[in-house]
Amino acid sequence: MASLKSIKKRIVSVKNTRQITKAMKMVSAAKLRRAQENVVAARPYAKKLGEVLQALSANLEGDLHPLLEKREAKKLLLIVLTSDRGLCGGFNSNLCKAADRYIKEKSDSYEQISVMTIGRKGYEFLKSRYTVYKNFSNVLAKPSYQTAAMLAQEVINGFVEGEYDQVELLYNSFRTVMTQDITFQQMLPVEPEVKGATEETPVEYIYEPSVSDLLAEILPKNIEVQIFKAMLETVAGEHGARMTAMDSASKNANEMIGKLTLQYNRARQAAITTELMEIISGSESIKG
Amino acid sequence: MAEKMNLEIVTPYSKVLDMEVDEVTATGKLGEFGVLPGHAPFLTSLKIGELAYKNNGITEHMALNWGYFEIKDDRIIVLVETAETPEAIDVERAKAAQGRAEEALKKLDPEDKQFKIYEAALERALIRMQVAAKAARK
Repeated sequence: MASLKSIKKRIVSVKNTRQITKAMKMVSAAKLRRAQENVVAARPYAKKLGEVLQALSANLEGDLHPLLEKREAKKLLLIVLTSDRGLCGGFNSNLCKAADRYIKEKSDSYEQISVMTIGRKGYEFLKSRYTVYKNFSNVLAKPSYQTAAMLAQEVINGFVEGEYDQVELLYNSFRTVMTQDITFQQMLPVEPEVKGATEETPVEYIYEPSVSDLLAEILPKNIEVQIFKAMLETVAGEHGARMTAMDSASKNANEMIGKLTLQYNRARQAAITTELMEIISGSESIKG
Repeated sequence: MAEKMNLEIVTPYSKVLDMEVDEVTATGKLGEFGVLPGHAPFLTSLKIGELAYKNNGITEHMALNWGYFEIKDDRIIVLVETAETPEAIDVERAKAAQGRAEEALKKLDPEDKQFKIYEAALERALIRMQVAAKAARK
């Protein structure tokens, strides 16, 4: 059996670890709340913008805008959103693995697949396997609309210049604190959803200025919003995942401390028993 | 007027407003316009400007930073990057921004890329001050 001193040392070290995991959990919980609020606040905007786009594209004819242009999909750009920091369970690794699988699966159907990463973890994973077209780290610490707009501009420029024919977004969407769903989302070319026959006929709107002018403004905007939303969801998901991971780490630490304490007490009792035996036998021998 | 319209103002950060109103005026890309209940479906883009809505005879103003305006079946949806109530506007800051933008515009050539950015900044500052001043007069 391990010595008393070594067990004691281990208990102390596990307790220290527990302190850290607990603190990280608290921090994530606090950050999660804010991130969650942001996600919820951004949803109506994204939804409404989608509706407006829908209304616009419902009475669309022909290629009115370069972002709607469908080319033969040869070059794919995959945008992978991960967090910058680790210690959040399978949050990043699951997404990276999904990205890896996806690229392998699709490598036959496309001539070229480029990867753009947002967040350090995804970059570190993917750069060793593929050439990363562009990387943006440290933008998720404080997700702002300006950053999303800048990223969107980047994506749009590349698409219009023909560097890629299709853009897909891969991120963890935030469902609940415990679960994040890995989501693939096609961003470009924009596919106007075909309205089902059951739905009401599209209302004739008065457009001011013209439809094409409005589209020219709203399409890039929609890309911005999608990226912004994905960023917010990633941040919220990251904190959620970290909170869960740290919670189970704290629980494991508790369990470990319990086991070690039991071991320690047993060892202590054994030591006492031995000591007593020695004393008794010593005094017996004197008497004798 | 019995009929009312529902006005919703949404930004990427929050839902600013959701209420019943009698009348809305806003600055569209092609100029100022107003809508009343029963308006035909209408979709337009807004530029940096002012939005005013009237409810039970009380007019409220807001400073908007470009977006979209949609009305359909007496439901108005305004999607904007920012929307500020007069109370939220920092006049001092707007004044400072105006000063900065004017300074920069003097030095820059209208062809410059930066010119448009500062022009927009100046416009925003002016609108903010205008909206704040209207609220102060009441």
